[in-house]
Amino acid sequence: MTALLKVDALLDDLEQGLRSVLQARQIERPVLIGIRTGGVWLADILHKRLGLDEPFGELDISFYRDDFSRIGLNPRVRPSHLPFETEDRHIVLVDDVIMSGRTIRAAMNEIFDYGRPAGVILATLIDLGSRELPIQPDVVGQRLNLKANERVKLKGPDPLSVELRNADAEPEGA
Amino acid sequence: MTTTDASARALQLNAEGQLRHFLTIDGLDRPLLTQILDTADSFIEVGERRIKKVPLLRGRTVVNLFFESSTRTRSTFELAAKRLSADVLNLDISTSATSKGESLSDTLLNLEAMASDMFVVRHSRSGAPHFIAQSVTPGVAIINAGDGRHAHPTQAMLDMLTIRQKKERFEGLKVAIVGDILHSRVARSQIRALNTLGAEEVRVIGPSTLLPRDVESLGCRVHYDMPSGLKDIDVIIMLRLQRERMEGALLPSEREFYKVYGLNTDKLAYAKPDAIVMHPGPINRGVEIESAVADGPQSVILNQVTNGIAIRMAVMSMAMSGQRAQQGLDAEVRA
Repeated sequence: MTALLKVDALLDDLEQGLRSVLQARQIERPVLIGIRTGGVWLADILHKRLGLDEPFGELDISFYRDDFSRIGLNPRVRPSHLPFETEDRHIVLVDDVIMSGRTIRAAMNEIFDYGRPAGVILATLIDLGSRELPIQPDVVGQRLNLKANERVKLKGPDPLSVELRNADAEPEGA
Repeated sequence: MTTTDASARALQLNAEGQLRHFLTIDGLDRPLLTQILDTADSFIEVGERRIKKVPLLRGRTVVNLFFESSTRTRSTFELAAKRLSADVLNLDISTSATSKGESLSDTLLNLEAMASDMFVVRHSRSGAPHFIAQSVTPGVAIINAGDGRHAHPTQAMLDMLTIRQKKERFEGLKVAIVGDILHSRVARSQIRALNTLGAEEVRVIGPSTLLPRDVESLGCRVHYDMPSGLKDIDVIIMLRLQRERMEGALLPSEREFYKVYGLNTDKLAYAKPDAIVMHPGPINRGVEIESAVADGPQSVILNQVTNGIAIRMAVMSMAMSGQRAQQGLDAEVRA
């Protein structure tokens, strides 16, 4: 397994990668949308670092999950909040961790219910691989290969930290 | 908790305490009612989008089973189900199967054979949705859309959502329900919901002929006149007056009722200056309420209509979710 970097270094890489992608695609006025909860914390930071004028959006994908029939509705669902028109806009979708790709699929389905964006760029802090859908991030802070008993979690929002935990050492039900 | 509460709770909740039917407010605790309100809050935002739909109930079949006609309630349930991406079948049973001699049980068996996932039931007999919930195939959710004089829980919850939007919290609130309490399933559900959610005081105001004999046992105080009943009130809920009550001699006349209990600007002044005015609709202008109040700045009557869709979306998705979770638990037990 690759050693986990400090969160500030990951954010630096994420910001730099995002600037490069935006520049290469000649996108000058992107809008940021963070996926709750970790993605919103990151969108807040990236929004400040990129010096964007428009507020960033917050997406709650609970109504779009494809496992509703198995795990039911998240009891802590909160309304999504997109304080801008998405039609024909270049969207930067931000999440903390990507694994199967199902969360991103749900998020994109939801975004398209607000309008048809010009394009969507995906930025994630950590990529764990193990994809189940053909969805890849455009910008990543760090790629990790976890062992079966390892878990990674973004804690925050202030301070923001990435925790790598051993699931075997956790008490049952944690 | 009373025996009735315990049995209502057992019927409505799954083994993990999640909603699987929504039949009555009785037996449901404050966290669950709050969860319904919170979920509905999230669905309000869906109604403001360009595409007012989410895929939660995609591929599910919801049957609106109305044994008693009601355009508004049926429309909001239909719209709620469609905004959840469900397929909707509207059945007006009063002019359909049962009038041809088919029993309720046979009608239900046929509908279940069509792989229905949810029945929204309105019936003139109190307890009909409970009966259906007890006899229906596991996995099918029953939502009460009003039964007899018993309960109308989604109407009560949309009122609670409207109150919370305008007043932010229930603690310290004084609420008056005015009019025909005796025949009102809405009032019973409202009183229960307000007390569970922590309102400071619930009052009912009306003539003695339109108040149940044991009304205080529901958890409210009785007032027979508007000046004392509306004093220091934060929320006024006007009830619809059914015209047939006049024929039943429970009231002298509409004009007399309006004079004493109709809400006009003069009577509204007895309440707090920022009191809100509610009515389940459709309004009888000049009978329960004057137009200046119904259309005035303190009226939240149209907010109630909008909230009705969000509350029904919340209840439908939570009940479907609870049914699926219970099926998962049952499968584990069998394995």
